[in-house]
Amino acid sequence: MIARPRSAWHVATVVSTRPETPGSARIDLDVAGWPGNEAGQHLDVRLTAPDGYTATRSYSIASSGGSTRVVLAVDRVPDGEVSPFLVDELRVGDRVEVHGPLGGFFVWRPDPITAGAPSPGHRRDPDPSAAPRPVQLVGGGSGVVPLFAMASAHAAARDATPFRLLYSVRSPSDLFFADELAALATGDPEQPGALRVDLVYTRRAPDGDPRPVGRITRERLEATVLPAGAAPRVFVCGSTGFVEAVASWLLELGHRAQDIRTERFGGT
Amino acid sequence: MSFITRGFGGRSRDRDERLPPGQTLVHDFPVLSAGPTPEVDTADWAFTIHTETGVDHRWTWDDLMALPIEDVSTDIHCVTHWSKLGTSWRGIALDTLFADVETGYDYTMAHSYGGYTTNVPLDDLLDGKAWVAFEFDGEPLPAEHGGPARLIVPHLYFWKSAKWVRGLDMIERDEPGFWEQNGYHLRGDPWKEERYW
Repeated sequence: MIARPRSAWHVATVVSTRPETPGSARIDLDVAGWPGNEAGQHLDVRLTAPDGYTATRSYSIASSGGSTRVVLAVDRVPDGEVSPFLVDELRVGDRVEVHGPLGGFFVWRPDPITAGAPSPGHRRDPDPSAAPRPVQLVGGGSGVVPLFAMASAHAAARDATPFRLLYSVRSPSDLFFADELAALATGDPEQPGALRVDLVYTRRAPDGDPRPVGRITRERLEATVLPAGAAPRVFVCGSTGFVEAVASWLLELGHRAQDIRTERFGGT
Repeated sequence: MSFITRGFGGRSRDRDERLPPGQTLVHDFPVLSAGPTPEVDTADWAFTIHTETGVDHRWTWDDLMALPIEDVSTDIHCVTHWSKLGTSWRGIALDTLFADVETGYDYTMAHSYGGYTTNVPLDDLLDGKAWVAFEFDGEPLPAEHGGPARLIVPHLYFWKSAKWVRGLDMIERDEPGFWEQNGYHLRGDPWKEERYW
């Protein structure tokens, strides 16, 4: 079992909040006593009404590392109770309770051998079974949030593991982390920390975009993701329908079930 | 340390007393799985209870269907803060499956097709508290919800109700299963909010 900081309740103060897309907000929190988190983990947010009524929801964390600064990107769920408050009402200086970091499975850790930062006095013998493996991220809509945390951690560590993101999104204005992803994808693809981004627009593509518009298909997936022969670790996050479709196609394409990690949100 | 969140009113004033603390009522049925959904054919399916004596008690799908089937109406509570009230299931009580099992061990590890595991004390499986369920809402249990058959242990958080269950190993000491190794509580009583460790 891997040692990790014990999760606990913390007080988070809103440092900034701004629209991420027309339907979502990016919320920067400073969390007193936060032990840091790995890329892909989530936390619980608890809101308390004046009469003591509380509402708690889980959100993926868009940031990682040892800082007490934690970034969320919250999609407004129509008729939701918590997300409309977080997206529309939360202001700088407001405080909310958060519990975390949570989840130790849907995480990606920089490779200690290939990561650019040297670790003095500590050398690991090359172990073929621990050889770095490429990573394929597949996100639908706001499901990209924990995947963005992984891609950012990969870039920050100058990790040499090949990284590729397939991101399915309604339209260009619905892209989360559009500028950051574009910046991560502009570097030399052969350099450590590089990210390749493939976008699938389900409703509307940018003007002049030659790619077909529509939900992802098995053919599109096969043409876009790292092949099973490259033995990538695959992280899939999105709505239940999206994850069920993508994960079963990946199995059909020869990816091993134990190489596919999934996270789903929303109802059936 | 709870404090009032500025500007938050909340909506659900008619709080249902069947909802454990920190839970929100849902009417859909969210799916949470750590990996792809395994496809298991009932022709290949079997359920095995393995004890410390090395004896395996094994049921094929047809064996299972020949046992007394119970209708179960129960509330279910997921650690991700949703609860669903009055769900309807059909399945075989673990009491029935354990009727002829001799064991001195007090703990079990549930194993699933696809590799999932979760630990459940034997006491939490007996006396009408747990079932191997194969129908939900009058229909065969869909694969994404654990079909053809899943464990249901509704008085614990729902990650204990292993989807695609294929057996139970009797174990001497309580050991963490899959989510329990990944930060979730060893037992998971929703009324005590045993969510994380």
